[in-house]
Amino acid sequence: MSEPLAWLIIGLPVAAFLLNGTVIRAWLGSQTLVAGWLTIAAVAGSFVLSVLALTDVANNGETLYETHEWISIVGLELTFGIMLDQLTAIMLVVVSGVSLLVQFYSQQYMHGDRSYTRYYSFMALFTASMLGLVTSRNIIQLFVFWELVGVSSYLLIGFWMERPSAAAAAKKAFLMTRFGDFGFLLGILYLFFVNQDTPGDLLDIPTLYEVIGAGGIAASVATWIALGLFMGAVGKSAQFPLHTWLPDAMEGPTSVSALIHSATMVTAGVFLVARFFPLFEASNVSDLVALIGAFTAVFAASMGLVAKDIKRVLAYSTVSQLGYMVMALGIGAYAPAIFHLFTHAFFKAGLFLGAGSVHHASGTFNMTYMGGLRKNMKWTYWTMVIGSLSLAGLFPLSGFWSKDEILTVAFERGSDDGLAVGWIVLVAGLLAALMTAFYMFRAIFMTFHGEYKGGAEAEAEDARKNNLPEPVGLGHTHRQESPWVMVAPLVILAALAIGVGFLVNPLPDVGPIKKHAFATFVTVRNDNVFVYEGGHGKDEAHDDEADTHADERQLPDAIHAGAEPEFSIPIATISSVLAAGGILLAYAMYISGVISPAAMGRRFSAIYTVLFRKYYFDELYEGEITIKAFYGRVAKFLAWFDITWIDNVNVQLSKLTGNFGRGLANVQNGQTQAYAAVMAIGFVIVLFAFLVWGS
Amino acid sequence: MFSGLLTATVFLPAAAAIVIALTMRNKQAVRWSSIGATTITLVLSIIVFVAYDRDEGGVQFVDQITGWIPIDALRAQYLLGVDGLSAPLVLLTGILGMAAAFGSWRVEHRVKEYFFWLLLLETAVMGVFVSLDLLFFLVFFEFEVIPMYMLISIWGSGRPKYSAMKFVLFTLFGGAFLFVAILAVFLSSSVDTFAMVSIPEAGIVGIPELIAGADLIAPAALIFSFFLIAFAVKLPLWPLHNWLPDAHTDAPTAVSVMLAGVLLKMAGYGLLRINVGFFQETNGFTIHDAAGVLAAIAAASVIYGAIVTIRQTDMKRLIAYSSVSHMGFVMLGIAAVGGSAAELSQGGLNGAALQMFTHGTITGLAFLMVGLTYDRTHSRHIPHLGGLAKKMPIIAIFFIIAGFGSLGLPMLSGFVAEIMVFLGTFTVWPWATGVAAFGVVLAAAYTLWMVQRTFFGPGPAPGGMSNETYEELTDANWVDMIAVVVLTVPIFLVGIWPSVITDTFKIGIEAAIR
Repeated sequence: MSEPLAWLIIGLPVAAFLLNGTVIRAWLGSQTLVAGWLTIAAVAGSFVLSVLALTDVANNGETLYETHEWISIVGLELTFGIMLDQLTAIMLVVVSGVSLLVQFYSQQYMHGDRSYTRYYSFMALFTASMLGLVTSRNIIQLFVFWELVGVSSYLLIGFWMERPSAAAAAKKAFLMTRFGDFGFLLGILYLFFVNQDTPGDLLDIPTLYEVIGAGGIAASVATWIALGLFMGAVGKSAQFPLHTWLPDAMEGPTSVSALIHSATMVTAGVFLVARFFPLFEASNVSDLVALIGAFTAVFAASMGLVAKDIKRVLAYSTVSQLGYMVMALGIGAYAPAIFHLFTHAFFKAGLFLGAGSVHHASGTFNMTYMGGLRKNMKWTYWTMVIGSLSLAGLFPLSGFWSKDEILTVAFERGSDDGLAVGWIVLVAGLLAALMTAFYMFRAIFMTFHGEYKGGAEAEAEDARKNNLPEPVGLGHTHRQESPWVMVAPLVILAALAIGVGFLVNPLPDVGPIKKHAFATFVTVRNDNVFVYEGGHGKDEAHDDEADTHADERQLPDAIHAGAEPEFSIPIATISSVLAAGGILLAYAMYISGVISPAAMGRRFSAIYTVLFRKYYFDELYEGEITIKAFYGRVAKFLAWFDITWIDNVNVQLSKLTGNFGRGLANVQNGQTQAYAAVMAIGFVIVLFAFLVWGS
Repeated sequence: MFSGLLTATVFLPAAAAIVIALTMRNKQAVRWSSIGATTITLVLSIIVFVAYDRDEGGVQFVDQITGWIPIDALRAQYLLGVDGLSAPLVLLTGILGMAAAFGSWRVEHRVKEYFFWLLLLETAVMGVFVSLDLLFFLVFFEFEVIPMYMLISIWGSGRPKYSAMKFVLFTLFGGAFLFVAILAVFLSSSVDTFAMVSIPEAGIVGIPELIAGADLIAPAALIFSFFLIAFAVKLPLWPLHNWLPDAHTDAPTAVSVMLAGVLLKMAGYGLLRINVGFFQETNGFTIHDAAGVLAAIAAASVIYGAIVTIRQTDMKRLIAYSSVSHMGFVMLGIAAVGGSAAELSQGGLNGAALQMFTHGTITGLAFLMVGLTYDRTHSRHIPHLGGLAKKMPIIAIFFIIAGFGSLGLPMLSGFVAEIMVFLGTFTVWPWATGVAAFGVVLAAAYTLWMVQRTFFGPGPAPGGMSNETYEELTDANWVDMIAVVVLTVPIFLVGIWPSVITDTFKIGIEAAIR
């Protein structure tokens, strides 16, 4: 693929953004359908080019396009360029593919919105930024797109900016991710000077791979850098403890949630760790990565158990699944993590779009006002059931294969390598799988089964009765299937949720598709940086063995970044049983009524409240830390200090000077007697001085 | 040598001011003439910037009259010229001058006098950047106080007299140190010149060459600190910053634009030209000995300024305090001279220079947008506003662009300058840089808070602006937009293609550090 074509992948949506934001908005207005068509056409172009890029990489291996100069100063030379390797190619197809479906769907979903043009303009900006992020070959370039992705997310979460909750959620998302970006930035600064003589050379990712492959970075150095980068990833991928922004981000249009806050942007953190996987492997932070991911997977899933808003259930599920990917990377399961990112993008985007379709019919996202919708919207119902089964990891849907690979590698780490972190990840993974199956089918049953509970109108009515303000974002209730423009993407995504997992990464060879095709594809590179080394950083002494790496690869039992875990029937059975158990439990509680949810809620009311209040993290972060401690104490003190001390000292000093001047001015009062008196005193003093010291 | 280009660029606004003062009565004629004069000045400054020969480098477009003051012993010359350091700042002054003139369109009170002082102000600032004779530099540096005093005290709001006097006192305080330091350099027997740079073509040997290893009449450390105090007041650097919030809050819009846009940059320019340029190889003390302290004060300025910003509720005051924080980055970049010549990072110094340019356009735009908002809402008190984006979307868009620029969003110029400062200074002062880098998180906090409270939401906050006022709000018109666009273009241009400015700055920085 030639370089201009590669740039065009990003350039097409950029052009759509610029045109929509300027001339189309100015000439055709804020509601023109042209804006939608333009963005769809641009993203379709990017998708076609992405597929071409993927086939190119599959046939010819990775391409590193030449670098261009951005800033050139002695000691500070920054370049940019495109890096088209296996990881990039996969991400390109996922991002442009899901984006295309979402843009198509949005034509109907955003129909009639008074800022339709702005919506498509921002969506094009986001798509361009995300495509730029995954193609960057320089880490500063990556950081640039990383921030642009963040700002498009800000603009789209706050899309309905007249809603105070949306404006607040947008700000929160930006600030929390930026907090992580602070760490990312420090990591970059450190990386810049690892090679004192040639500062900045390691910012070029292929160069970094080479240097790490040659053992050129000490474990202690790699640890600090990887910690910084991981902090950025934690923010962007909403991992604990920077997870609180993602559920609130659901204030944006649902199509935005589908694209940005489930399938693509939030996976940027996972992508970042994957992109710098060799660096993480050379560092000592792998265990931390695994533990953060494992904790988040369970922690987020637990909050999903009680959420009432269908989008929030999906949001917690997203955080939980991102935790899955992160913990996989932490135990060196590189290929399974990417594989899970890949399958998750499709079924989660499908579920979000399904939730949007439900909203289209019921006017609300609150599941307690839904129910019985399966009769009215069969397509939405079945696609969401398929998506949920896939997410729950039921054999043989896509989600099963990717989840199973992660669990299998975790098991290998625990049993074969004797690593405690392997067992922790395995247990966390299984626990999360159980909870996922439960909350997804709780959502399905509450939404589609049972009696219809009135939708948006009932919700507004209840709010009036209780003298509460009417919930924002309620739409009209017209219980019927959404138009085909919205249903078609659902069907496509459901089809992918069924088959893509097995088809791209099958266990036996399936026709032309080789066993472990996907895993082999993402781990085979021209360099040897993806050889797994046990999850622990090399120390300097280890560097001597760098030469033996090449040989290590040839060993039959070497683990290639978890590329080809052996299918383990016990693991698959346990995880399937747990998933089925979760579904059955949900059935028992919400369909058959064997277990009463209300009674459970009362019996475990303390736990229920803690979960429903999200473990009080919002109160802690926003109330205690930000408002009370920082704004109320630190900032208040400094603002007081600034006025009362610094400013006041300046003012008093100038007053003092003024008074001193006035005092002196009094001396010059024009009275001869006073002058004479002063002269006389002076004369006496001088005379006295002469008499004493003169001789 | 006398090319005349710089003389024209500097004095054209002043000449226009005098002509306007003497001949015009009609308000509209005054406005258009002033806008015309600043526009021509902008064109001239663009010519200076573009025509500056980057391959040749050095000082160009020299205007020299040796017998300016006909006293031989004084050796004062009329000496104008630009090098890589000043050329972008000349351009910046041209841009801001024109934006300020357009931004003054709505001034109705004593219009002729207003534009008279505004034009004189542009001449004074332009003069600072192109004067290469220290005495001349001092004259312009001090002269700027007069128009500023008039503009704030007559056309200001709030406590204009107080703020104007505070501005004058602080500036003169710094100016006294500047004056003494200049004399000390001049009177040192082996220096005996006011030339700030060497210009071989004109046979001028400048202070940077003469001062190296020379005997000075006062310790180099003392002279250095006198210069430093003078510029730290103007920059402003913590803890000498308190004049700035008052001056900004009470100044009319266009004067805030000029103040933030270019007046503060006179200090940054002075630091780079004099503190960095003169004190490389001075006897007994060089700038490297002070670099650690500078880095610490810079980090304190960034963080302290940002935290105090978070408490502000007046939009102008908020941006003013954020300027303290952002100008701290300039000082941080300057601290990249390092503890010794071997440690020096050109990236940091270039970042400092670029930060001046980017802060000028971004904060200039921010003040302009606040001014446009205030013209309509008659309030700058953030808790009283809200929902403005619905009534004035264009103002909202450009306000948000300025906000994003100030919080360092990539593709806008502020990011480039900040990343250069960070990358350049981190190697030398990792802790100070790491601490200062947290300023970008704080910047996001106060910027987004302000944007959310003023522009988003359903409408004005309860107890704030009345609903009638809110309903009657109008968006920017085309005259307003000219100034907005003039400031926005360089923000994007430099953000996407930074070399357009850095390739020029680096020539000047290389010359300054030799």
